Amino acid sequence: MGRKILFITTDQQRFDALGCNGGLVARTPNIDRLAADGINYRRAHPQSVVCMPSRSTMVTGQHVATHGVWMNGVPLPTDAPSVATTLKDAGYSTALIGKAHFEPFLDPFLRFTENRLAATGTFQELHDGRLHRGFDHMESASHGATGSFHYAQWILHNHPEAAAMYYRVLDMELQVSAAGGGETFAPQAHDNPIPREWYHTDWVVDRAIAWLDTLSPDADWFCWVSFPDPHHPWDPPSSERHRVDWRDLDLPDAYRVDAASREAVLDGKPRHWRMWYDGQFVSNYEAPARWVPSTLTPDQIREVNALTHIENELIDEGVGRLLGHIERRGWGEDTDIVYSTDHGELQGDYGLLFKGPYHVDSLMRVPLIWKPAPSAGIAPAVIDAPVGHVSLASTFSHIAGLAQPEYTQASRLPVSESEVRTLGHERVLTEWDSVLFGKIVRLRTICRDGWIATACLPGTVHDGTEGELYDLANDPLQEFNLWNEPTHAALRSDLLADMWDSLPVSVAHRPVDAPV
Amino acid sequence: MGTVRRHIFIDAPADKVWELVGDPSRLDDWFPITGCEVARDDGSTDLPPNQRWITLASGLRFEERIVTLDHDLRRFQYSIINNPIVKSHLGTVDVIADGDNRCLVMYSTDLEPEVMALVIAGAAGEGLRRLWDLFNNERSADTASTAENIGTTSSRMGDH
Repeated sequence: MGRKILFITTDQQRFDALGCNGGLVARTPNIDRLAADGINYRRAHPQSVVCMPSRSTMVTGQHVATHGVWMNGVPLPTDAPSVATTLKDAGYSTALIGKAHFEPFLDPFLRFTENRLAATGTFQELHDGRLHRGFDHMESASHGATGSFHYAQWILHNHPEAAAMYYRVLDMELQVSAAGGGETFAPQAHDNPIPREWYHTDWVVDRAIAWLDTLSPDADWFCWVSFPDPHHPWDPPSSERHRVDWRDLDLPDAYRVDAASREAVLDGKPRHWRMWYDGQFVSNYEAPARWVPSTLTPDQIREVNALTHIENELIDEGVGRLLGHIERRGWGEDTDIVYSTDHGELQGDYGLLFKGPYHVDSLMRVPLIWKPAPSAGIAPAVIDAPVGHVSLASTFSHIAGLAQPEYTQASRLPVSESEVRTLGHERVLTEWDSVLFGKIVRLRTICRDGWIATACLPGTVHDGTEGELYDLANDPLQEFNLWNEPTHAALRSDLLADMWDSLPVSVAHRPVDAPV
Repeated sequence: MGTVRRHIFIDAPADKVWELVGDPSRLDDWFPITGCEVARDDGSTDLPPNQRWITLASGLRFEERIVTLDHDLRRFQYSIINNPIVKSHLGTVDVIADGDNRCLVMYSTDLEPEVMALVIAGAAGEGLRRLWDLFNNERSADTASTAENIGTTSSRMGDH
């Protein structure tokens, strides 16, 4: 009997969302305990700051350039490598419960397995005799109760009246909705009267427990529990709104109340920042096309943050319920728990919400915690070296006692500072490519030695000369772009040379098959 | 208005490919849909002339008007009609000879709302791959071209 693996992910959760990472509002005692008893990575970056590319990195252990899911809407090929397949081949029972999103959501043709499974009420699909992505059981949920997801089907069949309680994410033109709600009319804020026990966070936990209960006590298992929250829309059950009053919240440190000061910060960054703020350039589908960030008010930021904190508390309570169940099943000593998210959220920083081609801590610095199984005897630690999701597949394989799979492109996560060098964790890389009806943005980013450098490659608004350079020690909010400072030219060149040396050669871009 | 285009080269005579692509009732032979119903000359359906209903795997149904069916040009055009979301649409499929035994199949769509054009483009890409499979599987296995070489273009009118 080997070590079991519980992989918990959230969607669009900031590093500072958690108490263990300095968060002061949402109470997250269960996740904080994982960090205290395990290894807390304090400089973990995703390899993309949108869902599909980031999640594809998690499951393949590859950079975006290699797995080729270069933006949302580009499916991960069915025959792409998967760590779940590797674990399945090693005798593990495997499940993914919650949000998968290796394949496009918005596809009424049901060309992709994830959507087909829910539509047919099934939980696995075989391709050439192999389980789709290596999972025995895939049970899906997304950010509401519509679409081809098992959760939406469950709502439809058990609580049909609840389907319309959620915020309607897409408008009548299929754009990400800009409609406001809540008490401040913040975009995608919404009062959701759904009972908490019907909400997708609790459903994901319920279904994960149900799957675990199908396993024998001596089974080895890999269970990816993937919460759709705190991704927008911000519509937690109204019954929980009492937890955080938005009126009590401070504004984010990276939000300058004075508009001129705020805009001066944006003007110091590559031009796509200010162009989005002014509503002149929406580069990606994930941000509402008809929302202008400069209209965002301080109270709207407070309310979005309050709703996010509430959603994070519900996730933490779900995590606590899962961990309690694992203990009751007698697996506590032999279960490794890894916690992360796919990317962050701007959440009011710089006067912005949502996400996009903005490679700063708001989106790139993510929670990453590994609590090794107590039976492994690994001491708790805090790791400040840069690490990435690209190491997750290797880490899961290592936990299972397997060699690093050949298809992966990074060694496993270090468990101590001394392992940082020996395992080669000196830098972490993040890529962005988007093409939306002729609007092209391409970024390449390296984080190393306390610096973040981003090159804006030639596209619709960049000529290839712009970029960003931030000193994390002296500018933790990344407000002062040193890209054009002559005193930092040599450092910039060194970082970029290292970045290009370290990035794999990109596979040819496959077509976008859906908006998201 | 969103405009998208996908294309593929097929190692088969244009007339042979057009036999399939130019038959509106056989769309489900190559496009990723589950049902296709068109008006019949013999009146065996209740549909009016130049009208087609297609059904997607999700159960969604689209009513379409056949705009152009030109066997000389080898051009098929259709428009989604009576749809609460689609404000305007024109889909065009061209089969263009490239010598005696090779042809280019091009599928383009202009659609408002623009986001829906991306959804159609993805399905069109799969449809073209299926076409390639259908005709190239009839040839020897050592064919030089590959369905991975599907071409794609998208833009929004007025953006340039």
